[in-house]
Amino acid sequence: MIHKKVETVNEALEGIQSGMTLMLGGFGLCGIPENLISALAQSSFENFTCISANVGVDDFGLGLLFGAKKIKKMYGSYVGENQEFERQLLSGEIEVSLVPMGTLAEKCRAAQMGIPAFYTPAGFGTEVALEKELRDFNGKTYLLETAFQSDFSLVKAWKGDEAGNLIFRGTARNFNPLMCGASSVTVAEVEELVPAGELDPNQIHTPGIFVDRIFQGKLYEKRIERRTTQNP
Amino acid sequence: MPLTKNQIAQRIAQELQSGFYVNLGIGIPTLVANHVPKEMAVEFQSENGILGVGPFPEAGKEDPDLVNAGKQTITPLPGSSYFDSAVSFGMIRGKHIDLTVLGAMEVSETGDIANWKVPGKLVKGMGGAMDLVASSENIIVAMIHTDSKGASKLLKKCTLPLTGVRCVKRIVTHLAVLDVVEGGFLLKERAPGVSVDEIQLATEGRLVVPKFVPEMIF
Repeated sequence: MIHKKVETVNEALEGIQSGMTLMLGGFGLCGIPENLISALAQSSFENFTCISANVGVDDFGLGLLFGAKKIKKMYGSYVGENQEFERQLLSGEIEVSLVPMGTLAEKCRAAQMGIPAFYTPAGFGTEVALEKELRDFNGKTYLLETAFQSDFSLVKAWKGDEAGNLIFRGTARNFNPLMCGASSVTVAEVEELVPAGELDPNQIHTPGIFVDRIFQGKLYEKRIERRTTQNP
Repeated sequence: MPLTKNQIAQRIAQELQSGFYVNLGIGIPTLVANHVPKEMAVEFQSENGILGVGPFPEAGKEDPDLVNAGKQTITPLPGSSYFDSAVSFGMIRGKHIDLTVLGAMEVSETGDIANWKVPGKLVKGMGGAMDLVASSENIIVAMIHTDSKGASKLLKKCTLPLTGVRCVKRIVTHLAVLDVVEGGFLLKERAPGVSVDEIQLATEGRLVVPKFVPEMIF
């Protein structure tokens, strides 16, 4: 067994530097690496380029990094719920590249899987297609999109073992498995870290080969962005 | 009487067919799920990674690991599955989704749609909308016919940044059901008590009006 467990979030983030490109898992506030985000927000590092589906809310999730002015460039897809982000965007403090969500997912997966580029129809005829190579296949036009290049992937899983194997829960899976192994270093925080052998290999979503460091996360808040119930 | 948002959703639910996998966008489209006939077998996909989206949970049973693409808490129905975002968009790009219902800020008479950005004012991002409209073959737009100032949202040409081109097939508004055809918006049905003239006035793009335009039936 190749041992991936580290004890602390600081150990997990060893080697991170200002100006690096980071992938962060999660959709909204669902399945975000809470411990890693908090540690980055409190660190002295800054000027990150971040890749994530959304931008959190003002006081949680990726919003903590915008609040601490840690991000200079953002690749995201849906950014509607964070006023501080919107302020920084409209005032030109941050650079933002909006990417169709399926393309964003595939740019992560391509990086993970060693595919430098791929064709997708998403964005044809829109400003997303500007300056991109177009090619027709079977009578339909596609754009060439390239894999992300990134230094650290920061993901969150439900369960993991010391070998780095991961299991996700519900829709907290989202972008997390796609970002594993898509950067030079992949760090996973988990709600429950168990010794190797305790997870059923049949149930593993992400094999440990895609994960470099794994640690037991603490004090999960798992905040709900839009609590919606029947007959409220 | 023009339709309420809920009635727009109710009218769109009539387009569902047994066996359909359906993606519902945020806003009016989400309401379509409330109007599925009991005997009909349809499954709703939410692009953040679930097939088989069920009702909102009872108070106290919300699960932070279970949300829809609008980030609302949900429950899974029997037969549900969870998956990552690449698989989710593979379902969309690979044309495994039978019907896509989404909202729009503008639709053009050639089927272009704009729904993700108002330059200088509002940037929400396209989310999954560009992937959906680029790949779905059956796209229904749910929208109010006019904006808050009364200006038409059914245009000759979209003025806002586009989400997709030549992709919208059908539009259900609070005034009418319209199909995008060669030559413009074909008026298929009127909201009960709404005249062709009212619809004409609210439509900037070219409206194709057949001899007889029936009222919607609920």
